[in-house]
Amino acid sequence: MTAPSPNESSHLLSVLIFSPLAAAAVAAFIRSERLLRLWTLAFTSAIALFSLQLWARFDTKTADFQFVEVSRWIPTLGIKYSLGIDGISLLLVLLTTFIMPLCVLCSWRYIQTRVKEFMICLLIMQTAMTGVFCALDFVLFFVFWEAMLIPMALLIGVWGGPRKIYAALKFFVYTMSGSVFLLVAIIALRLKVGSFSIPDMMGHDYSPTFQIWVFLAFFISFAIKVPMFPFHTWLPAAHVEAPTAGSVLLASVLLKMGTYGFLRFSLPITPYATQVFTPYVLWLSVAAILYGGLTALAQTDLKKLVAYSSVAHMGFATLGIFALNQFGIQGAVLVMINHGVTTGALFIIVGIIYERLHTRDLAQTAGMGKRMPIFALFAGVFALSSLAFPGTNSFIGEFLVMSGGFQFAKTNPAFIVGMICIVPGVVLAAAYMLRMLQKVAYGGTSNPDHSHVLDLGLREILTLTPLLVLVFYIGLHPEPFTRVLDASVKHLLEQTRQVHPLAPYATLP
Amino acid sequence: MNPDFIPWIILFLPLLAAVVIALFTQHDRKLSAGLSVGAVVAGFVLSLVFIKLNGWAPAHEVSVAWLTIGDLQADFGLHFDPLSLLMMLIVTGVASAIHIYSWGYMSEDRSLPRYFACLSLFTFSMLGIVLANNFLQLFIFWELVGVSSYLLIGFWFERPAAADAGKKAFITNRLGDFGFLLGILTAWAWFGSLNFAEVNKGVADWKGEHWLLTVAGLLIFCGAMGKSAQFPLHVWLPDAMEGPTPVSALIHAATMVAAGVYMLCRVFFIFTPDALTVIAWIGGFTALLSAVIAVQQDDIKRILAYSTLSQLGYMVMAVGLHGPTQAMFHLTTHAFFKALLFLGAGSVILAVHHEQDIWKMGGLRTKMPVTFWTFMVGTLALAGVPPFSGFYSKDGILAQAAQHSLPLFVVGAVVAALTTFYMFRLVFVAFLGKSRSEAAGHAQESPPVMVWPLRILAFFSVVGGLIGIEELYGTQLATEHTEHAVSFGQQLIGPFIHAPLAVGVGLLAVVIGYAAAYALYAKAAKDPLPEKLGALSRAMRNRFYFDELYQATVIRFHDFLAAAADWFDRCVIAGVGVRGTHGTTELAGRALRLLQTGNLQTYAFIFALGVALVLYMVLS
Repeated sequence: MTAPSPNESSHLLSVLIFSPLAAAAVAAFIRSERLLRLWTLAFTSAIALFSLQLWARFDTKTADFQFVEVSRWIPTLGIKYSLGIDGISLLLVLLTTFIMPLCVLCSWRYIQTRVKEFMICLLIMQTAMTGVFCALDFVLFFVFWEAMLIPMALLIGVWGGPRKIYAALKFFVYTMSGSVFLLVAIIALRLKVGSFSIPDMMGHDYSPTFQIWVFLAFFISFAIKVPMFPFHTWLPAAHVEAPTAGSVLLASVLLKMGTYGFLRFSLPITPYATQVFTPYVLWLSVAAILYGGLTALAQTDLKKLVAYSSVAHMGFATLGIFALNQFGIQGAVLVMINHGVTTGALFIIVGIIYERLHTRDLAQTAGMGKRMPIFALFAGVFALSSLAFPGTNSFIGEFLVMSGGFQFAKTNPAFIVGMICIVPGVVLAAAYMLRMLQKVAYGGTSNPDHSHVLDLGLREILTLTPLLVLVFYIGLHPEPFTRVLDASVKHLLEQTRQVHPLAPYATLP
Repeated sequence: MNPDFIPWIILFLPLLAAVVIALFTQHDRKLSAGLSVGAVVAGFVLSLVFIKLNGWAPAHEVSVAWLTIGDLQADFGLHFDPLSLLMMLIVTGVASAIHIYSWGYMSEDRSLPRYFACLSLFTFSMLGIVLANNFLQLFIFWELVGVSSYLLIGFWFERPAAADAGKKAFITNRLGDFGFLLGILTAWAWFGSLNFAEVNKGVADWKGEHWLLTVAGLLIFCGAMGKSAQFPLHVWLPDAMEGPTPVSALIHAATMVAAGVYMLCRVFFIFTPDALTVIAWIGGFTALLSAVIAVQQDDIKRILAYSTLSQLGYMVMAVGLHGPTQAMFHLTTHAFFKALLFLGAGSVILAVHHEQDIWKMGGLRTKMPVTFWTFMVGTLALAGVPPFSGFYSKDGILAQAAQHSLPLFVVGAVVAALTTFYMFRLVFVAFLGKSRSEAAGHAQESPPVMVWPLRILAFFSVVGGLIGIEELYGTQLATEHTEHAVSFGQQLIGPFIHAPLAVGVGLLAVVIGYAAAYALYAKAAKDPLPEKLGALSRAMRNRFYFDELYQATVIRFHDFLAAAADWFDRCVIAGVGVRGTHGTTELAGRALRLLQTGNLQTYAFIFALGVALVLYMVLS
């Protein structure tokens, strides 16, 4: 790893990270609930627009960390305040900033109690999430990583459903126990390297045994966060109880932390161990795809259905990452972004249903689409996107991941079986999504009475439209997104010393 | 001026129409229909203009870069050669006729704008398949065709049967499509490109394992099996008849289901002889199976649907017998006469107030003369009576079979006899004799907007075999010898000279089929076959229980798996795994609590015990 280039001295990232905290402080003094909502919405929207600067100024040619900021923090321990992003984190930061205003919008009517505390929690979440994706110092990273837990657990535990305390506790204990392993790994690495700087850790030559221990510690921590099969049980519980905004944040951003961890730490810091464990992780990913799909098929609670489909989708992401080639990893990052867009949207859709019917039971929602044509249109597009329909965002991500899987299978023929095992998984995605769509949009012969239900209002259309645009924008014109990733992923692969010769027969002029 | 921009317009006009209808003109029925019809008719005219300016050859393509990953680039491009240009003409032409017909057929439906939006979306996607110059693009449009078909099959979604049929079609197709996707990925991984021309080059220079190519070819064939409804994925097509009849004509007879065959011909270079043998047999088996089933169906649309399946099997068999030219030729003539038959059936169905059972029709010949005569033309063409178009195309396939595989030749001949039989059964029962129901007695001829498309398609069903279509395909696809520049007269009698055996057997099959149909059905009041055939007839009526079989095995099995996974998740992982850990921790806590008695003597005692233990270990 080349040292972070210090030539760009701006405080863009610091502003992005800490301004939500300031906004939360302001929010603490606002009395009117309406004003609170407006303030949070205005602020998060402004930040979303502001973060576009990153996109505009990002240099796609270099793999170095950009917008780097380094200053002293705790010099006695060698801990620095150091920030920077590459192509991978850029997309994730943008995903975070763009999902936030939508979270505020979809909570507009859903949250009626303790509005102030809710908005403050959201804003603190934003600080922590952005921080995780930008931190270049391991202690700083860990601080943000842990800081996320508290507001999230509060979101579930205070504004959640009937079993909210149980779900919040489960979420907290689960992720916390993962974090412990992460902390151990960090300390071990610090002892070897003599610094907490993440880029420094990447350049280091560790012994194979050490790498294996560190990898395993990372793995437990990140696999819980992804969540990978069989560490996933906290997810359905958390989703079912969380308020809409909580589910959206959880699905869109929090689930990406695990895969981001794999990309940022596991692969470059422990390349040897990565090679050793790759086949196992790949098979776990295949299992997640099948298992998530099958379990989703059996659900009657809409949120659980979407939650289990998340397990399957994230299986694609880990599959792509551990295919360890350009297609796989670029595809995996796209899957992460797409999952954020699509699943986030699906949770908003479920929230819209819940606000109207106060149930998420599939049978109770049958035939809503007849009363709500606009809603049916949105639900249809997002369902298609979720089943990776060509022309939508997910297709391109999953297509690249599968290409990556094939590249891997080329050198490891045994994995061809794994690729073939994915087939039913993809068919399952069509099965559970169409089942849901058909039920919700059309229903059967005798549907519950929905005559009092109103179609989407302007606010709800405004919430969903940006996601709809993204579905098609990424799906039809993925080039800008892949270009941003190109250099960073190439560099990452060099670090894992495993650049597969990409299709030696290449290709078109 | 370079005319290459014209096909882009042809491709995107229907999409534009679909979007405009969906977003802006939902409330205006006339305008919506007009936009949709206008887009496709303009596409047809522009196709003619383009072919006039460009000529059929030379083959070339235009493309723009779409996606770049590492060193690889995927394009969005259009490919022009006789195959794609002729297909473009057929799609826009047949689609024009059917769009116009729909205007009449659907005029009373309250969701007419939605119907036309979907139809335009379909036209766009189908043209995308036809013009695609690479696998990825082909696949994208392939799926888009699938979704427009889903929307149109389930158009009357208030009927559960329609909604279920749509879902079934989509999921069955997806099963095939995933094999297709794996095939595409294999091709990409091994040849490093998605472009047809480049892959073709790669295959030609292929030095690796032979079986790999076979596998890749068969995986790609999976896609065609789904879309062209080949055994064992054939179950969705008959159910798809739940859609409006013009949709059955356009999508489930003339164009979309033929896309599988078109795709096989487009990538014919990738198939090894072994793969072709498999393809031929699957095609042959599908043709036979569905022809047998068609014999005992009573629903006019289902008869035609099984006939379509059977004819698709014929085409696939032709591809497998090294005859892409013949397959495409039959695809073309079939597009004319099967669209004609479906539209004729639609005309009948409307006239008898949405009755589809042929045993409740009868005597329609005099009441609906145009419908009857055009339907007769379609029947004769499908049966393969000279000089109707079907004769020439079917004969080409039989000749090909005679040359390559005797068993498949026999299959082909039997299917030809069955085809004639079930079609004349339909004609005798539905059109001739006396009215069998009140509705049939009051039937009236359909309005001109529906009748004219029938006339036009009938015209092409007659002459389709003689206007040089086969030769045009041959210039590009022929794997064996070709003869160029044949005069009209030579074309007319061509088959009798080249392949007398095939012609002889083919005609004999027609005669046998007709004679049997005449004997059994010309005067029948009810179907005599169930009594004569007993259990076999029941099996045929029940489509050989394939749906029940799938219901009992595949669907039951995956429902079971889903329930098992759910149970596993709740009980084993969340229960034993997570609760177990939690329980152990809690138990340990409780056990340790017992030690904390708060009794000072106990603590002192334990403390002393510890000191003793340490002393013992240090000293010994």
